[in-house]
Amino acid sequence: MWFRSTRRALRLALIFVLPLTLASCVGDAPLDSLDPQGPAARQIDNLSTPVFWIAGVIMAIVWGGMAFALVRYRDRGQAEPKQIHGNAKLEVLWTAIPIILLAGLAVPTVQTIFDLTECSTDAMEVDVIGHQWWFEYQYPEEGITTANVMVIPAGQEVCLNMTSDDVIHNFWVPKLNGKRYLVPGQQTTLILEADEPGEFWGQCGEFCGLSHALMRARVRAVDEADYNAWVARMQQPARLPIDGKPTEESLAEAGLDQFQGICSTCHVIDGVNELDNPVGPNLTHFADPYRNVFAGASLETTAEHLAEWLADPPTVKPGSFMPDLNLTTDEIDSLIAFLLSLDPTKEH
Amino acid sequence: MANTGAPTSTIFRRPKQSSSWTDWLTTVDHKKIGIMYGYSAFFFFVLGGIEALILRLQLAGPDGSVLEAAEYNAMFTMHGTTMVFLFVMPIGAAFFNYMLPLLIGARDVAFPRMNALSFWIFIFGGIFLYSSFLFGTTGPPAGGNLPGGATDASWLGSTINGGWFMYQPNAGPRFSTGTVLDYGSIGLQILGLSSLIASVNFIATVFNMRAKGMKLLRMPVFAWMTTVVAFLLLFSLPIIAVALFMVTFDRQLGTLFFDTFQGGDAILWQHLFWLFGHPEVYILILPAMGIVSEVLPVFSRKPLFGYPAVVFAGAAIGFLGFGVWAHHMFSSGITPVAQAAFGLATMTIAVPTGIKIFNWLGTMWMGKIKFTTPMLFSLGFVALFVVGGLSGVTHSIVPADWQQTDTYYIVAHFHYVLFGGAIFGIFAGLYYWFPKLTGRMMSEKLGKVHFWLMFIGMNLTFGPMHWLGLQGMVRRTWKYPEEYNFGTWNMVVTVGAYIIALSIAVFMVNWIKSKRKGVPSGMDPWDARTIEWSIPNPTPEWNFGVNPEVQGLDDWWHRKYDDDEEGRPVRKADADAVIAQFHEQGVNPPAPIHLPSPSYFPFIAGLSFLAIGYGVIYHTRGWGLPLLIFGVVLLLSSLIGWSLEPIEEEHEEVHA
Repeated sequence: MWFRSTRRALRLALIFVLPLTLASCVGDAPLDSLDPQGPAARQIDNLSTPVFWIAGVIMAIVWGGMAFALVRYRDRGQAEPKQIHGNAKLEVLWTAIPIILLAGLAVPTVQTIFDLTECSTDAMEVDVIGHQWWFEYQYPEEGITTANVMVIPAGQEVCLNMTSDDVIHNFWVPKLNGKRYLVPGQQTTLILEADEPGEFWGQCGEFCGLSHALMRARVRAVDEADYNAWVARMQQPARLPIDGKPTEESLAEAGLDQFQGICSTCHVIDGVNELDNPVGPNLTHFADPYRNVFAGASLETTAEHLAEWLADPPTVKPGSFMPDLNLTTDEIDSLIAFLLSLDPTKEH
Repeated sequence: MANTGAPTSTIFRRPKQSSSWTDWLTTVDHKKIGIMYGYSAFFFFVLGGIEALILRLQLAGPDGSVLEAAEYNAMFTMHGTTMVFLFVMPIGAAFFNYMLPLLIGARDVAFPRMNALSFWIFIFGGIFLYSSFLFGTTGPPAGGNLPGGATDASWLGSTINGGWFMYQPNAGPRFSTGTVLDYGSIGLQILGLSSLIASVNFIATVFNMRAKGMKLLRMPVFAWMTTVVAFLLLFSLPIIAVALFMVTFDRQLGTLFFDTFQGGDAILWQHLFWLFGHPEVYILILPAMGIVSEVLPVFSRKPLFGYPAVVFAGAAIGFLGFGVWAHHMFSSGITPVAQAAFGLATMTIAVPTGIKIFNWLGTMWMGKIKFTTPMLFSLGFVALFVVGGLSGVTHSIVPADWQQTDTYYIVAHFHYVLFGGAIFGIFAGLYYWFPKLTGRMMSEKLGKVHFWLMFIGMNLTFGPMHWLGLQGMVRRTWKYPEEYNFGTWNMVVTVGAYIIALSIAVFMVNWIKSKRKGVPSGMDPWDARTIEWSIPNPTPEWNFGVNPEVQGLDDWWHRKYDDDEEGRPVRKADADAVIAQFHEQGVNPPAPIHLPSPSYFPFIAGLSFLAIGYGVIYHTRGWGLPLLIFGVVLLLSSLIGWSLEPIEEEHEEVHA
């Protein structure tokens, strides 16, 4: 009997230790919620870390107590046990201790809730609009509309005013803050701030239909000079291909024709067309180096991925509002050349 | 029961008892209904399990390509819906049905025909839900496109796919085209009705049918937990019924309750859903807590530590369960005041839950613990439920929950509670009460193999999910890219899931073998404490040959044992004679016993819901409306037939 309980103890130890050991072998996860890189995420982390520890200790106490009881009081042919029906003192004790413990946790919890709810008055504002299945970002003061990658200045509090155009989405960039819904017909807010420049990954949290898994996001924090430069170039109209330039430009020019013929019913490029209520993301500076992903931040902006996407969007992103347009290879090639030329950092 | 002048009717005759298959269709015996509940729930458990295994194949590695997005969404929705509504709830009903009358010393439930009605509505509701695989259609949101220009997903993807939670407006008519969510909303409505009818029945049974001397605070804890669950059902199901009607009306009639484009409200649905959905969680777990509270004392050979505290903690969990629903919505944008209030309310649930756990520990403490299979599953319950309970406390730290919500951390949490908790408790009950069904014991050897495989598989499956969630893996995610670094742990999870499947196969082999060839159990194989063991195994048709008179808590134990001056039990000299006497009474009742007669009407009334359900969905087609009218007429006429049916057909007594 003895070896059985030892085995049990060993196994329990393995269950605990193994995950931790293996976890430390796995490289970092870009969505790691335990790796805060901004004040809000850090405040949450500071609150939850001790709670994890307390929970761990209580678990150890219960498992330890149980293991002890199972070894010590297993049936070894001892006399029948006393028929104890309870113990009032003990029961008061194990009612009172959790109450005190929880009361202790409640205070910082409530404080943190209120701390992280209101944006401060000097926060910069970005409007976030959820679409099936991509995030749109509008900078009301700067007059910028972009998608998938949100660019913010590092060390600056950003106040996100969020809503949705269709179903409920949930904006989550774990290293910067917890989640907040985007609710159609309502407005929610979320504070976002990154300590240092860097690229932070995000993901839609709430199930929002077919391509929920592919609704991803990026937040790019840059220093103030880079941010101002980005704002300045984003405020320019699109950099369009010009007549009589090298071959790649003429291919791009054919792509511009394609855009005007097909794409412009759903997408806007400032300087080319205007739409009241565009279905697809604004493509004005599609190839800006900061905007390095497309299709709901699920694909890197490369010629290969664009070819894959343009050939059959609903296969890449099931449910997609962009249908298979039956484009020819030539049309796809020219569209890719055009889209990749929409880079405001390039000279003509 | 005196039987003079029993009304007879020439229009409706009641079917006679027989051993043919029609007997199962017409039976009103709580034990047969319980057995049918059990087998059908287990059948759905296997289906829900297969769905989980398919999901795990898709998620085993990054960028899985086993399933299409539509198929994945259908599988996770059906997995959740099946496990909640078609497995854990009905298997709870199986235990309530079979055990509750035995535990309180009754010959049947208060309303035997209503009991049969609950069962048949459940069966036809389940068939209705699953028929969506065959008949349901699903499309992209209005304006969207499916891969390859398809207009409908494959058969695997053409079933309910809005999540068991059916969040609006995603599950509304604009974003979920096709019929599958009509199957979902109407199917759940039907299943809810089944549970609502059952809850009334169980409440009436507990308050009216207890044996002489069976005061409320002498009832076994499982009977208590059944009572609490019945009240939870009674108060929570009407809420979801209303909410589901709103969805059905939105989808069928365009009522716009949840259409945000027309001023409807998306968050309202979540409040209604979770106002039902959170008590529902306790509906799933409390029966298992009751079972464990029966099993632990028997195999520790001590009474339950702090019986009144365990009972009141169970009731407290039931009460508090109605005040915490918005903790499912901490990231929804509800105000900080609301978040704080619901966060604090959620914390309070930890107190009664802790009381239960410590009392279970107290029960084992200083006992004489026998590691039988039911005991192992109960110990597994306590060990795993603690993990789920504690991760639950971490959700009540609202800002922490902003990170955790909608991630696999939550999936880990509720599987520790519902798999480690509810399902381990259910298996404890199956092994413990198997002799009552069959008069035989289940194999201890296979039982232990089952336990260890399931315990290891369970921890491999759901343990790493804590980590995956904290690493950012969101729920209902059809695929994840390589860069997220979730691959290794997801592979472990998938392996764990298949180990669980293996353990269930071992259980099924054990069940089938033991049912045929298991060791005969005799009267009281576990030397148990409660009166269901004072009658022969398998349970005679009339349950108790003589109506029992209960002297106190653990009545059966005290008929066998006295306490010595130290408080240690000493077996009474005549214990064996007492057992033999009870056995004789059980097998050969001294007086004739009248049992309720079978009836066709519960089956027919249940069947009518199938016609009503399809009729509502297809009311715009030529045959839909007639089918709906047919269903309603069938329901009404079966209810009229029911009420005109003679209460007792002639003189039908069961003699030994």
